Amino acid sequence: MTSAVMDAHHSEAHHEPAKGIKRWLYATNHKDIGTMYLVLSLVMFLTGGVMALIIRSELFQPGLQFIAPNVFNQMTTMHALVMVFGAVMPAFVGLANWMIPLMIGAPDMALPRMNNWSFWILPFAFLMLVSTFFMPGGAPASGWTMYPPLVLQTGDAFPFLIFSVHLLGISSIMGAINIIVTIVNMRAPDMSLLKMPMFVWTWLITAYLLLAVMPVLAGAVTMLLTDQFFGTSFFLAAGGGDPVMYQHIFWFFGHPEVYILILPAFGVVSEIIPTFARKPLFGHDSMVYAASSIAFLSFIVWAHHMFTVGMPLTGQLFFMFSTMLIAVPTGVKIFNWVATMWRGAMTFETPMLFSLAILFLFTIGGFSGLMLAIVPADIQYHDSYFVVAHFHYVLVPGSVFAIMAAVYYWLPKWTGHMYNEKLGKVHFWLSTVFINVTFFPMHFLGLAGMPRRIPDYSTQFTDFNAIASVGAVGYGLSQLLFVYVVVQCVRGKGEKASSEVWDNPKGLEWTVPSPAPYHTFEVPPKISSSSTFS
Amino acid sequence: MTKGEQPTMDPSDSKKPEPIDRTLAGRLVLLAIAMFGFGFLLVPIYDVFCEITGLGGKTNDVAFTVEESVEQDRTVQLGFVTTVNGYAPWEFSAEVEEMAIHPGGIYEATFIATNLTDEFKTAQAVPSVAPSQAAKYFKKLECFCFTTQEFMPGETKEMPVRFIVESDLPDYIDTITLSYTFFDTARQTDTVAAAGLNTH
Amino acid sequence: MRLPTRPQGEFSMLRKVYLSVLGLLGASRANADWALNMPRGVTRLSAETYDLHMQIFYWCCAIALVVFGVMIYSLIRHRKSVGAKPATFSHSMKAEVIWTTIPIIILLILAVPSARTVIELEDSRKPDMTVVITAYQWRWHYRYTGQDVEFYSSLARTSGDARRLDSGIDPFTVDNYLLDVDNPLVVPVGSKVRLLLTANDVVHSWWVPELAIKKDAIPGFMNETWFKAETVGTYRGQCAELCGMDHGYMPIVVNVVEPQAYAAWLASKQPAATQSAATN
Repeated sequence: MTSAVMDAHHSEAHHEPAKGIKRWLYATNHKDIGTMYLVLSLVMFLTGGVMALIIRSELFQPGLQFIAPNVFNQMTTMHALVMVFGAVMPAFVGLANWMIPLMIGAPDMALPRMNNWSFWILPFAFLMLVSTFFMPGGAPASGWTMYPPLVLQTGDAFPFLIFSVHLLGISSIMGAINIIVTIVNMRAPDMSLLKMPMFVWTWLITAYLLLAVMPVLAGAVTMLLTDQFFGTSFFLAAGGGDPVMYQHIFWFFGHPEVYILILPAFGVVSEIIPTFARKPLFGHDSMVYAASSIAFLSFIVWAHHMFTVGMPLTGQLFFMFSTMLIAVPTGVKIFNWVATMWRGAMTFETPMLFSLAILFLFTIGGFSGLMLAIVPADIQYHDSYFVVAHFHYVLVPGSVFAIMAAVYYWLPKWTGHMYNEKLGKVHFWLSTVFINVTFFPMHFLGLAGMPRRIPDYSTQFTDFNAIASVGAVGYGLSQLLFVYVVVQCVRGKGEKASSEVWDNPKGLEWTVPSPAPYHTFEVPPKISSSSTFS
Repeated sequence: MTKGEQPTMDPSDSKKPEPIDRTLAGRLVLLAIAMFGFGFLLVPIYDVFCEITGLGGKTNDVAFTVEESVEQDRTVQLGFVTTVNGYAPWEFSAEVEEMAIHPGGIYEATFIATNLTDEFKTAQAVPSVAPSQAAKYFKKLECFCFTTQEFMPGETKEMPVRFIVESDLPDYIDTITLSYTFFDTARQTDTVAAAGLNTH
Repeated sequence: MRLPTRPQGEFSMLRKVYLSVLGLLGASRANADWALNMPRGVTRLSAETYDLHMQIFYWCCAIALVVFGVMIYSLIRHRKSVGAKPATFSHSMKAEVIWTTIPIIILLILAVPSARTVIELEDSRKPDMTVVITAYQWRWHYRYTGQDVEFYSSLARTSGDARRLDSGIDPFTVDNYLLDVDNPLVVPVGSKVRLLLTANDVVHSWWVPELAIKKDAIPGFMNETWFKAETVGTYRGQCAELCGMDHGYMPIVVNVVEPQAYAAWLASKQPAATQSAATN
């Protein structure tokens, strides 16, 4: 750390946060920006959740009850875009902003003004995206995958869809650059790369994935835009283009994107389980290698999303084998977590409960993922509710549960108060029960032949759809409890939290007081062997 | 902090990024830009990939010239399929629906299209071969699909295609279908106009 | 947004709540087409697909049993409240090698039969007949090559009426609600049917679970697949690729019939036959 950086922060140390709206508009403090990301993510999570509930209400029984088919398609499309780009990704960026400087002993993010910019793009991008509901032709209805030629039938919303995807991409890219530069340059002097906590590691890998694939998505949607308005024929067969090429480019982005959504979740779980098992993370280095190999493999498996488009035999076999291979490093992660628990002394506070649920439920999603890799079986599963069940099992009890676990885990550090443990546990049990009630029956629906993205279905699918809808309402309502618990904690209703919060947790973030002061680690910390696990 | 002094405007802030930060950040920006370019580079890469593997059943789009020896004792069934895209106003069919061919031999097939409107129309025929593994062995010496076809009002046109199925066609292929889809070339501009006019 | 006003709507809503509670308790009910699993299907390849699906499912169950078993044991025994003292170990090369190798072996066991089936799926040699399928927003068009038989296949009228918002028709009173068409695809049993798929407008996907076939229909491109049904019957499916507003309303019905019945059906569909029927 050069003296210039330290000087800068010494002079800033005398500043208190600005008052009122300016504190947030001009925010450069990583904690403020992290908070804004998390609040935005919560708002988007609830927005996307309302869309999910509209979808599930319509699907409660056969026959159209509430919304027309085109509105239904708008709902599925926007639900996905909002949840992926609005809820999960910003939540992890928010956690990264809050925690990475605290975990590596840095005073702030490396590029604080770019940090401000990358956050403030998001609300505008989402305003634009959601405003398409009120445009002639309605919101985009072609699925979040935006396959041409269907997406070219979108009404006036089309250019706004493309532009908001561009903005989301720019925001993610800037966020990723900031995280990489911070991790590479601003670690406390004694923290070698392999000493970094797993959450920092998984985020470093995620940030590189983001940098590599968000621009590719931007390129793909730009081609859609020029196909629609500027006479190009990238994806139009009439002009020598190929609609399937879009699918290849999209999934070249899309598959690494899946790991962008799950790797930070792996990081969170790797922080929480050691704390509550009171035992160091098992196989820290092999966890790093596993995460890196997952990231690498994610670039060579994309076409397993398109086994039905008509691919050469060799292509089908290659993508089947490479996809199956991903099970190996993913398995290593699960086994290492189990080994971390093994012969520990576990207690079951809310963050630990959520992490344990991830271990069970993400694994179920992993199993269906392995099943989906098998080409002949995938031909049956593809675009059915089996796939819907699969990706919700990895995204909700994977990514979303990890975000909630992280919030419960670090909330006392952020606010200086304990959350209501009893209500937290109630929230956990309600969420876990209802998430299974919602998504488990979808496996059966898909196997029985129900395609995804349909507003109405044949009567033999009635029972499981009804069950899933009941579960969805239950899950949705349980999240209000989460909001209540968080708000109460932020308002200082819980007991005071010590700086360690938990029973002798490891990591630099627990060496600063709770709540974490506005400026931390202006002097790089010395890393003692007791403050880290490795 | 005094009024008017905003965190972003803090002069000490400008000292913050170390030189090494800027270099790394700059490199990462370049990486992002390069990946944006790579997205577009995937287009030619994909075309080459298709050419090698026959993916998507794409065939050559410029005339092909090669002498081949005819394999008289091997017969492959060749079918023709015609489609008109997007309800475009053409009647479009093949003169014969099927023919038996010997790999290596030069054959000719005729397609017939009628403009069903009383307007001048141009069409682009897009070829595709199934199974896609056969596409790279299917070589066209002359085809109406190499250029757009112009139709006077109500005009009927006979359009020939001369082709070779190369003799190294793999043994496991015994049936090939050559498909042509007729696209109205004016359609694309129509969509632009429609989108601009809020006709939804 | 409107609430359903028809009385039977409210009744069935209550019925659904009741049934879902029943379902939650794991109780089954007298509904003949209540399915939990992939159909075994009526082609050799659909049966092979089903077997692969079950094989990998059992492997997953076995792995789950071991992994979840260890976890649950640990959750019971290694908790602070029962006086567990934390160990301090944090790595073991031996363990890492074991749990990297075993999954690789399992994957190899799975990969071989899967690859074999994929290769068979691609073998479209010596078809007995060819049907060209063109997908439209939102119906299918079938053309029997060499037969001068072609027709559109759209959602059956009964379902079409019932599916409207506030139609007042209870879907439970409609036979094969949303899975019935006006003109089904008819094929002879035991024949290798080659399908050529393309689309008129956007990407669609032709899916019949009992035949284990799902293939995209892409505008400007010709895709190929095949099936050989071994049992007479009626098999239903749907469009599987989101294709716009009425994506949920373009079902597929395949009637697999005896060869004689097929010949008779084909004759009745020839233009000559249709014309004479029209003049009569």
